[in-house]
Amino acid sequence: MTQDAIEMIDVDKWFGDFQVLKGINLNVKPGDRVVICGPSGSGKSTVVRCINRLETHQKGVIRIGGVVQDGSAKALEAIRSEVGMVFQQFNLFPHLTVMENLLLGPMKARGLSRKDAEARAMKYLERVRIPEQAHKRPGQLSGGQQQRVAIARSLCMEPKVMLFDEPTSALDPEMISEVLDVIVELAVEGMTMVVVTHEMGFARKVADQMVFMDEGEIVETGTPEEFFTAPKSQRTQTFLKQILSH
Amino acid sequence: MRVLFSLAALLVLSGCGSSDIWGWYVVNPMTPAGWTNIKFLVNGMGATILLSLIAASISMVLGLIVALPGLSERRGIRVINRVYVEFIRAIPLLPMLFWVFYGLPIVFKSMGLNIQIDPFWGAIITLALSDSAFTAEIYRAGIQSIAKGQTEAAKTIGLSYIQTMRYVILPQAIRRILPPLANQFIYIVKMSAFASVIGMQELTRRANELVVTEYRPLEIYTLLIVEYLVLVLLISAGVRWLERKMGSDERG
Ligand SMILES: Nc1ncnc2c1ncn2[C@@H]1O[C@H](COP(=O)(O)OP(=O)(O)OP(=O)(O)O)[C@@H](O)[C@H]1O
Ligand SMILES: [Mg+2]
Repeated sequence: MTQDAIEMIDVDKWFGDFQVLKGINLNVKPGDRVVICGPSGSGKSTVVRCINRLETHQKGVIRIGGVVQDGSAKALEAIRSEVGMVFQQFNLFPHLTVMENLLLGPMKARGLSRKDAEARAMKYLERVRIPEQAHKRPGQLSGGQQQRVAIARSLCMEPKVMLFDEPTSALDPEMISEVLDVIVELAVEGMTMVVVTHEMGFARKVADQMVFMDEGEIVETGTPEEFFTAPKSQRTQTFLKQILSH
Repeated sequence: MRVLFSLAALLVLSGCGSSDIWGWYVVNPMTPAGWTNIKFLVNGMGATILLSLIAASISMVLGLIVALPGLSERRGIRVINRVYVEFIRAIPLLPMLFWVFYGLPIVFKSMGLNIQIDPFWGAIITLALSDSAFTAEIYRAGIQSIAKGQTEAAKTIGLSYIQTMRYVILPQAIRRILPPLANQFIYIVKMSAFASVIGMQELTRRANELVVTEYRPLEIYTLLIVEYLVLVLLISAGVRWLERKMGSDERG
């Protein structure tokens, strides 16, 4: 039996008195591509942020590559070495060039030499198809280019799992596909990923597990086939009707 | 600049007027005695500047150390920052100066330490302490103005807290921090005048001593004010230059 990449067992989380996550169970095996969707405020971002411990959960168990996330330094180390994250707002470092954005993690956190880190950075900039932008500042790039740089920055840490939290929601429509194409390629190459998105065409293409969330619960999971053609729950049906009518 | 020139003109004119009140007898550059007095006064400039520079440097480091716990997610750690800032800010400079200069050596003595505090270091410690509450707030505001997403992105690429500050947050916050910090330096320069009361030979002390021997307070204190004015206006010009430079960097 292979080790699950991500395991969430009965995870609860509160913000003050407000319960954001209610008994979340989620298993992601190596190579899995999980797409999470659901209405605004349903807790999608919180699930993803609990996985890489940008948020802490209060109940239940989260394991990353088999390591229980208890806040210990060793557990954090497991996350930082195995899990990459791409944010809705890119969160590139605006005072650094694209190349410097990509060098920081490998050189400072991993101790790579500049030469090795630069070679790695170029490799991933080529992967996201913007090697020629290496010496620009993020502010000089389009939104789509910035998000591809952000993806390359994560890939430079050579993670086993990539988390994407609405990677295209902050983009102009004409730039969405250049970013999705890069993610699809990663999926084809076998990258394990959890993607929060409302791009249902994309979800249909890459997902092997669909997760629908509402009000802090996972309401329904299934293959895209089941999920899009025969959703079980009423809430899923309503959500799909709304989002597909756009 | 214009202010400076008109003040200089005023001085020269009133000197020419040679009325008894405004006459520049003891600080007249034309007479040997007057020139000696002027040199005696202006020589305090070095001490004032050195005092201010060292105090400001210590305050910059101390302020950062105090600011960091203020940025913690945990309330227990934030409290450290709040208590320090509120406490230090509430103490007037002069009483603090007396406490450090006359009181602190007694504390040291009771701990079996034989540490004397001379006027120079007594003034520096007091100025740095008092100023650090303000620099801490400047750092805190500057760092908080950097979006939370920057810290989160740094975390996800494995940077430690120190590395995140060093490579991601501070380089961005510095544009917001440097101009108010430089302004704060003006505060230190002005407050350094209090060092005169514990016998530090800086601008104000020298003016006081000269007044005692020459009995000409009006002209001596006028000159003293002009000395501070020149110093502060020069620093102000420097701050404005810095602000412009920072502003143009931001656009570039
Ligand atoms: N730091 C926080 N403090 C308090 N409440 C929060 C915090 N972060 C999120 N919430 C609340 O938790 C709930 C879930 O938020 P979350 O961001 O996970 O939703 P989401 O499904 O990602 O929504 P969206 O589609 O708008 O991004 C929301 O009601 C939100 O207001
Ligand atoms: Mg969200």
